[in-house]
Amino acid sequence: MSISEHGAEGTQDGGVGQYLTFLLDGQVYGVPIVQVQEIRGWMSVTPLPNSPAYIKGVLNLRGTIIPVIDLRVRFKLPFHPYDALTVIVVVNIRDRLAGLVVDSVSDVIDVGAGERRETPTFEGQVDRRFIDSLLENGQQVVIVLNTAELDDSVGAGNSQAA
Amino acid sequence: MAIDLRQFHQTFFEESLEGVAEMESELLKIEANAGHISGSNLFGAEAEALNTIFRAAHSVKGGASTFGFAAISDFAHVLETLLDDLREARIEASQHLLTTLLRAGDVLRSLLIATRDGAPIDVAHAASVREALEALHASSPGIAPADRRHTARPASAPAPLVSERGWRIDFRPHTNLFLSGNDPLRIFRDLANHGTLRATLSFASLPSWKDFEPGNCYLSWVLDLEGRIQHAAVKEAFSWVEDECDLRIEPLSVPQAGIAREEEGGATAQQSIRVNLQKVDTLVDLVGELVITQTMLSRYQEGFDARDYAKLQNALVQLERNTRDIQESVMRIRMLPVGFALNRLPRIVRDLSQHFGKKVDLKIMGEQTELDKTVIERLADPLMHLVRNCMDHGIEHPDERRAAGKNETAVLRVEAYQKGGNVYIEIEDDGRGLPRDRILAKAIQRGLVAADAAAAPDQIDRLIFLPGFSTAEEVTGVSGRGVGMDVVRSNLRALGGSVDVESHDGKGTRFTLRLPLTLAIIDGLIVKVGSQIYIAPLLSVLESLHLPNHRVSRPAGGTEIFTYHGDEHLPIFRLHELFDVPDAATEIEQGIVVVIESEGKRAGIFVDQLLGQQQVVVKSLESHYRKVDGVATATILGDGDVVLVLDIGSLVRFASGRHVAA
Repeated sequence: MSISEHGAEGTQDGGVGQYLTFLLDGQVYGVPIVQVQEIRGWMSVTPLPNSPAYIKGVLNLRGTIIPVIDLRVRFKLPFHPYDALTVIVVVNIRDRLAGLVVDSVSDVIDVGAGERRETPTFEGQVDRRFIDSLLENGQQVVIVLNTAELDDSVGAGNSQAA
Repeated sequence: MAIDLRQFHQTFFEESLEGVAEMESELLKIEANAGHISGSNLFGAEAEALNTIFRAAHSVKGGASTFGFAAISDFAHVLETLLDDLREARIEASQHLLTTLLRAGDVLRSLLIATRDGAPIDVAHAASVREALEALHASSPGIAPADRRHTARPASAPAPLVSERGWRIDFRPHTNLFLSGNDPLRIFRDLANHGTLRATLSFASLPSWKDFEPGNCYLSWVLDLEGRIQHAAVKEAFSWVEDECDLRIEPLSVPQAGIAREEEGGATAQQSIRVNLQKVDTLVDLVGELVITQTMLSRYQEGFDARDYAKLQNALVQLERNTRDIQESVMRIRMLPVGFALNRLPRIVRDLSQHFGKKVDLKIMGEQTELDKTVIERLADPLMHLVRNCMDHGIEHPDERRAAGKNETAVLRVEAYQKGGNVYIEIEDDGRGLPRDRILAKAIQRGLVAADAAAAPDQIDRLIFLPGFSTAEEVTGVSGRGVGMDVVRSNLRALGGSVDVESHDGKGTRFTLRLPLTLAIIDGLIVKVGSQIYIAPLLSVLESLHLPNHRVSRPAGGTEIFTYHGDEHLPIFRLHELFDVPDAATEIEQGIVVVIESEGKRAGIFVDQLLGQQQVVVKSLESHYRKVDGVATATILGDGDVVLVLDIGSLVRFASGRHVAA
């Protein structure tokens, strides 16, 4: 899935808008606020057999059953045990819900025009296809996630045909 | 007219489709009852049936005109004309006529569905049936027989002038029009029944206020009436005011810039359902009881002491009862008589009898048996396929039947009944039975069965459910492509049901479909593996055993098997291995083997222990994720945790696959 010219899905043109930021292994990431449905503290999930390692399991969200993705595993970051700050960010990607496990949640930031940067070609830690763009926010660089790509891997996936 | 008519479209389509179904049903009855068919014999009960048929077509035409569905209203109009001929006994009810009318019903149905869904219309097919209708109409003698009752309807003498596009009407009432009790609005409504009406008002004749007489008509209109309408029909609308106006009717020649006529895509096809009012009333009563219980319980919000315990307990018991009753009641609302899925069968049987030259008597029983609406909708296709198969392969030609000492007319019995938590539908014919030799030969040829395998008759019969199977020598248009039975079985499986077959050589075949009463709630067996809990659908469970080691063996390094009831050897699938669950029991003797059956195959699933049985509400994993091997749905137990429900069929396939690969 190509990286869109017009900013991550759900934002206005050029990446302007609000983003929820969170931390993973010391790096700040962001998702457009319109995609975020809610934030829940970590709670135990029911493991799902025969699914990729980054799917921690499924969760009961007020009667709806949603998958929970461990982003550290997904992005092949080093393991870190869950602690009091670990939260699940529930995102809505094209009407499908999923929970993302992150180290901790940070602020909601406002991003104006001109603060968005294209992703340079670098051999970074995180697979390029998950990155939508980069934002400059004061001193820090925020990596905006391409949540649609997360959705593709969740929905289509490589499990054997049922 | 500023009302947005689109809100009425859905009702129009629903009612029209029902009307067409009714029309077809009545036509079939007429055909069946009128032994030797000849026009003047059609009186009495048939007359009432004809009226019903005519009314159905007439309503469709009227509605279609109002909404601007020209294709439908035009076709319905031609159909109605012919039906009128039949009704007024101007034409004989020949076999050809009845067949054409049935075909016209089909066209009307497909036009309605295409318009509703925004799909393209098969113009060629509609045109050819329409020609047939018009030809029949043109061939009618046009002279009523002597015992015709009365000339009730005016203007039945055909006015030959018809305009393809419509008419432009210049309507100028005289000032005294109102005094004779006439209202132009009524005339316009009448006109609007024939086509799309656009009115342009002119009040050029309005006098100054001091000369204005309220009882006078000072208005005039230019009316554009679009559609394929007879001149006589237009004139008829003005028949009451002929002498009190200046009227000019001219055909429209230039196509008017149209309003969007056809529906812009039935994208949001909102489904609806007809509910027996009594069911709704029952539900209302139950909710009333629930409210009372809630009031009882809310008293304890304020304060609670030990003396109230007994009362609280009572209230909770009552709450449980209320909830269960409401649950049952609501599920029943979604249930409809299975007859809805069966109502296409008479027509199919009739058409196929003619097509194959076979005589078949279709008996339908138990059509009041109720099923969930979704199940009924998805049942129609498999049912039709099974019936087609019976007609094509099972039932013999009349001479063959006579030679076998059977009645020339075969009996095809379709019966629905409820037993246990399921609804069964049996489709039985008294034909020649399944050709076991051919089936076995084909299976061996395809490598599905070893050449020297001793297969029991019922095992051979079940081979027909394998994919790609067909013993038909050639692919007939009706069946024989070999995709049929497999699709039927997977359709049934998708509904949570199953299909089985029983056959007796020379005597007949019986297919039994089993369907769950409802899709959303199942009876589950709660099993524990390690620290995880799973639910096994009770429908698939035969029994649970504690196996001693001597009944378990592992021949030649293959899969583990155990002896079941002394004569069967079934594989053991270890759930802790399949699902990679740590800390589970590994010794067979320390756990429980749950014997399951799925798609005719049996196996044992090894778990740690059984925790009990419970009804659970099933939720799909696919709403927000997808199903995985062995698990397609999940449920939420009382403590709020998600518990996965085993998909037995998928589990067996997955487990078998793994063992083969290993």
